[in-house]
Amino acid sequence: MIKFFLMVNKQGQTRLSKYFEHVEIHKRTSLEADVIKSCLSRTKDECSFVEYKDFKLVYRQYAALFIVIGVDEAENELAVYELVHNFVEVLDKYFSRVSELDIMFNLDKVHIILDEMILNGCIVETNKSRILAPLLVLDKMAES
Amino acid sequence: MKRMPAPIRLRELIRTIRTARTQAEEREMIQKECAAIRSSFREEDNTYRCRNVAKLLYMHMLGYPAHFGQLECLKLIASQKFTDKRIGYLGAMLLLDERQDVHLLMTNCIKNDLNHSTQFVQGLALCTLGCMGSSEMCRDLAGEVEKLLKTSNSYLRKKAALSAVHVIRKVPELMEMFLPATKNLLNEKNHGVLHTSVVLLTEMCERSPDMLAHFRKLVPQLVRILKNLIMSGYSPEHDVSGISDPFLQVRILRLLRILGRNDDDSSEAMNDILAQVATNTETSKNVGNAILYETVLTIMDIKSESGLRVLAINILGRFLLNNDKNIRQVSLYTLVFGYVALTSLLKTVQTDHNAVQRHRSTIVDCLKDLDVSIKRRAMELSFALVNGNNIRGMMKELLYFLDSCDPEFKADCASGVFHAAEKYAPSKRWHIDTIMRVLTTAGSYVRDDAVPNLIQLITNSVEMHGYTVQRLYKALIDDISQQPLIQVSSWCIGEYGDLLVSGKCEEEEPIQVTEDEVLDVLEGILVSNLSSTVTRGYSLTAIMKLSTRFASTVNRIKKVVLVYGSSIDVELQQRAVEYNALFKKYDHMRPALLERMPVMEKTSTNGPTEIVQTNGETEPSILETKHMPNVPQPANQANDLLDLLGGNDVISVIQTAPPTKLVSAGGELLDLLGDLSLSGSVPAPGPQVSISQPPFLLDGLASQPLFNDVAAGIPPMIAYNKNGLKIDFTFERSNTNPNIAVITMHASNSTEVEMTEFVFQAAVPKTFQLQLLSPSSNIVPALNAGTVTQIIKVLNPQKQQLRMRVKLTYTHKGSSLQDLAEVNNFPPQSWQ
Repeated sequence: MIKFFLMVNKQGQTRLSKYFEHVEIHKRTSLEADVIKSCLSRTKDECSFVEYKDFKLVYRQYAALFIVIGVDEAENELAVYELVHNFVEVLDKYFSRVSELDIMFNLDKVHIILDEMILNGCIVETNKSRILAPLLVLDKMAES
Repeated sequence: MKRMPAPIRLRELIRTIRTARTQAEEREMIQKECAAIRSSFREEDNTYRCRNVAKLLYMHMLGYPAHFGQLECLKLIASQKFTDKRIGYLGAMLLLDERQDVHLLMTNCIKNDLNHSTQFVQGLALCTLGCMGSSEMCRDLAGEVEKLLKTSNSYLRKKAALSAVHVIRKVPELMEMFLPATKNLLNEKNHGVLHTSVVLLTEMCERSPDMLAHFRKLVPQLVRILKNLIMSGYSPEHDVSGISDPFLQVRILRLLRILGRNDDDSSEAMNDILAQVATNTETSKNVGNAILYETVLTIMDIKSESGLRVLAINILGRFLLNNDKNIRQVSLYTLVFGYVALTSLLKTVQTDHNAVQRHRSTIVDCLKDLDVSIKRRAMELSFALVNGNNIRGMMKELLYFLDSCDPEFKADCASGVFHAAEKYAPSKRWHIDTIMRVLTTAGSYVRDDAVPNLIQLITNSVEMHGYTVQRLYKALIDDISQQPLIQVSSWCIGEYGDLLVSGKCEEEEPIQVTEDEVLDVLEGILVSNLSSTVTRGYSLTAIMKLSTRFASTVNRIKKVVLVYGSSIDVELQQRAVEYNALFKKYDHMRPALLERMPVMEKTSTNGPTEIVQTNGETEPSILETKHMPNVPQPANQANDLLDLLGGNDVISVIQTAPPTKLVSAGGELLDLLGDLSLSGSVPAPGPQVSISQPPFLLDGLASQPLFNDVAAGIPPMIAYNKNGLKIDFTFERSNTNPNIAVITMHASNSTEVEMTEFVFQAAVPKTFQLQLLSPSSNIVPALNAGTVTQIIKVLNPQKQQLRMRVKLTYTHKGSSLQDLAEVNNFPPQSWQ
């Protein structure tokens, strides 16, 4: 099961955080700092999976942003790796060439997308059009 | 009343915060905004609530407290506008958790929304329930979820499935409720629904073995779905790099794994599809490899046929090779595979050893990888792969790894090396060299329990003593900072110092060392700041032992011991005081006490080694951790007896321990002198401590009949009488179990010379069971001056005629003798 989903930039600022298993607020900041530290210290030669406490971290870097998913032992790391890329592709489709600023200023929309994709730590939907459908409806309603 | 200006939008807030240059500035901005939001909330203004909560969520993400917004989220949820609801539910998911009371208030809202006319609202409600519903909420709303699970709307159905998973996790008793709805979940065409249905089924199977058995019948359907995915060709909806919905494939494979585990029929049904996936999946991209990885895990876990398993291992081997070839290109994907493949291999190595051995060289190369996780997996796997054939080569690689690896690995690696060396060492010299290498390169990381193990190993390699002590001495003069190394070396020098100075070394050039030089080194350890207390103890004991081995430096040793009699360290002080006493009052006992240690019996290779103290030789305890409890005879003796009764008879002999005395820390030295045991059954080198008589109290009891009623009328018999040694049997019957005959063996010696090291062994045919208790002693005094007694218990449930074969070993007039005899003349009453 997926324990948490983080988007953190190279300076350590959290751009998005979603926890599927409850973590105390004050522990979250230290967790995020720890996680980004271990990801930043990895060189290009090292693989994308890190063991952290009793999770496994799967991370992927896109420009200056790190997307980190923490999973438990039972998950297939390679599949989660693909999931990260799938998520970025969805964002890309919605925002047309997504950048970090897009994510920052549309945090609520990114959350909606994430909720359509992952529910309670499990994958719900991976088809891009279906994921974006409710969001597009919402946008239409907001315009009118 | 003056109206507040409209609250700023989220974008504005973000822009403002970005201009902050310090943490303090940011905090100030946020506090200002929080105050504005709070007042806005107090105005109960519906228009801007949504915006305010959105800002609050942003600030929450940055780590600032936002609990005052919780109620506002609820209000938003209750609103009719979709935009409001959306933010409200989002806020609820982020800010609330089931520990807050507030969230119970949501229950009603969620219930209504689950029945809403708009599917997106229903979806929202399901999502929230599925993420953070408490057990009460789940109980209340389970029915609604179940209803939605049966709907034809795929958007809702997939979310309902995952909410059901959450409900089951929170309230396991409700699992049965969802069973009917699962009936045609797999008939769906929509992949989202399929995916979540598989997740739901997986959850149910993992929770209940009954469910698992019930769902096994779905295997054919799952296989069909998987097949369609593979064969379907290009499908733009779910395509990822040319593979059709890999996420669904992975999920199905995982469910198949659970269903096929421990079940032959299911495993057989999936054999074909697994082989197909394994061979047809594209491996050039990560996606394909993700599927292959899952397939391999599945193959390994179910009862697959051997061809399939070999296929799986070869896939893993290929993954590792991928790693090698592209290392120059630094392709991220292949390095990822390396890690993943190694984890899998670790799980499979027990079952398919040979297939994995083929990839050994690749695995060993991974030891040199830059990635920490890969190195660790490679190390674990390498140790698992070591066997008698490859020990030399593997050890070379592993020792090289030990030299250069990070400190976090050194302890595990050292332990692994010791363990492997112990099991597969090709020669004693190689074993000792390997240990020396570990001690010198990673000495401070070696675990504490390694020291007694090593000491025992060294003791038992009798012919290598000279070589060992010389090498250890040389290592010691180079470096006295690594505690385990010093401990082992001091102990060795203490034991074999005489070999060191006399230059007796067969394996290599003996070095010229004088007694004084050796004592210099040992004293250096005593005074060094680097030495721990335990190490100092070792050193002092070693110095003491040398007093019997060195000829010319006894006075120097006496002086050292005297000095430490007033040491601040209590442990050292105690030892020194006792050694002093040894010099003064008990000097006549000193040689015997400080004698060479005999070969030690090892009873188990796991855990702390139990060391049998034989022959009453007392050694002031070297380590706090070492104690010598009573230990049962090693199996060798039983094996000898198996030879006694040739042919078809199989005996069961259980021998109990000889009465070896518990030796503990040095303080009881003086007590033990009075109680030294004579009766060890294992012959030991060196003269015995000569204390003339009696077996002590416990033995006295053991030789008496244990049961009060001497069975009337079973006559005693002579079992053996030759060369002056006579063995009599007397009988009692146990009053607790009439099938057990209790025989007491009395051995007497009519010659003028006593028989020493007397051992009596017995074997009986298969249908009997025999138990030998400890003998009273192993010296049969001359001229019938006394007897050695031993109790034999025979269980004879089938009341067959008792036969026995006995083996007698003893030393008489300087030569050791042995005899075998059959005893057939048992009186009928003893076995009827």
